Amino acid sequence: MASTALFFLFAGFAIMCAISMVYHKNPLYSAISLVGVFISLSCIYVTLAAPFIAAVQILIYAGAIMVLVVFVIMLLNLDDQQTQNRLRYLWALGGGLGLVLLVQTFFIFYAVMRAPQQASDQALTVGKTLSIGQSMYTIYLLPVEIVGVLLLMAIIGAVILARRLAQPQLELVVDQELDRRNEEELEDEYRIKL
Amino acid sequence: MEPVIKTAFPFIVTAVAVLIAFQMVLMIVAYTVLAERKVLGWIQGRIGPNRVGPWGVLQPFADLLKFIFKEDLVPDKSTKFIYFLAPLVALVCALMPMVVYPFGPAITTVDWTFLPYGLGEGIRTLPLTIAQIDVGVLFVLGITSVGVYGIALAGWSSNSKYSLMGGLRSSAQMISYELAMGASVIGVVMLAGSLDLGGIIYAQQTSPFRWYIIPQFVGFLVFLIAAFAETNRVPFDLPEAETELVAGFHTEYSALKFALFFMAEYVNMFTVSVMCTVLFLGGWYVPGLSHIFEPGSIPYALVSHFAFIGKIVAFLFFYIWVRGTLPRFRFDQLMNFGWKFLLPVALANVIVTTIVVFFLNR
Repeated sequence: MASTALFFLFAGFAIMCAISMVYHKNPLYSAISLVGVFISLSCIYVTLAAPFIAAVQILIYAGAIMVLVVFVIMLLNLDDQQTQNRLRYLWALGGGLGLVLLVQTFFIFYAVMRAPQQASDQALTVGKTLSIGQSMYTIYLLPVEIVGVLLLMAIIGAVILARRLAQPQLELVVDQELDRRNEEELEDEYRIKL
Repeated sequence: MEPVIKTAFPFIVTAVAVLIAFQMVLMIVAYTVLAERKVLGWIQGRIGPNRVGPWGVLQPFADLLKFIFKEDLVPDKSTKFIYFLAPLVALVCALMPMVVYPFGPAITTVDWTFLPYGLGEGIRTLPLTIAQIDVGVLFVLGITSVGVYGIALAGWSSNSKYSLMGGLRSSAQMISYELAMGASVIGVVMLAGSLDLGGIIYAQQTSPFRWYIIPQFVGFLVFLIAAFAETNRVPFDLPEAETELVAGFHTEYSALKFALFFMAEYVNMFTVSVMCTVLFLGGWYVPGLSHIFEPGSIPYALVSHFAFIGKIVAFLFFYIWVRGTLPRFRFDQLMNFGWKFLLPVALANVIVTTIVVFFLNR
């Protein structure tokens, strides 16, 4: 009874935050709403007896990734986003994808309702740290390793992209600055001559 | 009526526990502020506050009253909602980890039936922890990492260049040092085989070294340094470097909103002291105390509790001492130190500990 009430409380909060994330024009408000979504999701995980996932959700998504996002938004100091006309035709695509998602949700709901209802064993809760660690490094070792390599590739890619773009731009800036100074010197020379 | 009260009784017990813990932590925090001014005064050859009450002991309350009655200025061009949200986020995130602190050992030998309903149905022990959760270490690290938003948003919403620079610096610094901090904790977690703060203390009692500061000395040093950076204390107080940024992220905050930030900073100091004590100094555990008192009795719990508080106070004193001793880093030095020295050392510590634990457990 209490857990159902808590579920609806946090689920409602999550949906409210999600809507506000999509509808806010200011990117920083959107980012904060997304943090709200993550925190309410982690509260739902706690009510589902998965404390490890809840803690990791807060630690990684709310505490690390979204801080970086907020950091970037603050650094760029973006203004309110203008409505972009060239994205108008994507409304139809978005609507279609939303419909697919809705059908999927109903299918999952249907499948869960049809499944035989079994009481879960409290001693064997899957959310405990030990069981997660054991299954990650025994049954699911290969997927974990693949995801790890994928993340490493993404990091290396980001580093290489940043380096390749930064170096010529820096040289360009230096060249422009030198040109400007040369021109100023020339002007000064003319002035002295005049 | 009777069954309702019976159902509600465990909640009442928890609420009372939360109130007591809250009160205790805030009193310690208030007197840390006073102790800081006193100790800094002694270090610098001054007297320190000594006017309010005998030896200045009522100074924290005078300060609080002053904060309440000051004019509450709000910058005209600030983003109002976030401007008001930021101090709340900072203080709430600082206070929330309190629910998992192990303040002492569980009291098991007392019969609680003199209370109207005992401690609830079938509960005979009184743990001196408000909530015992499986992942206490991750909970504390996660909540304190959310606390960054308080500072970052305060800097952004004030619409002032000093605040923005302070907020940016602070988020960069906290992201960087969080990694080293998390990595330094992993060694302890592997030795203890538990993420629960109480479980780590019990694991230290049965380990041959008693306190994990001996086998995990490198981890302890990394944690201590990262803790200084996480709490924005000297020598890492770049976010509020007054010579360049006026007061950093809280430049535009006045009166009680400033007091909330101020309190959050000192509660964070308390939090990292608790974490340091629990992870590396055995928490409430005093070696040899079980020969004098019976474990689980009230005197055992009391002495252990005061040992716990004593260790925390020693850490808080160390903080103040460092503040009176060391100069401030430059920002590039801070970043280089965090990423190129502290993080590799913490990772090397994790690898070495993994190998040792693997061969010990074979």
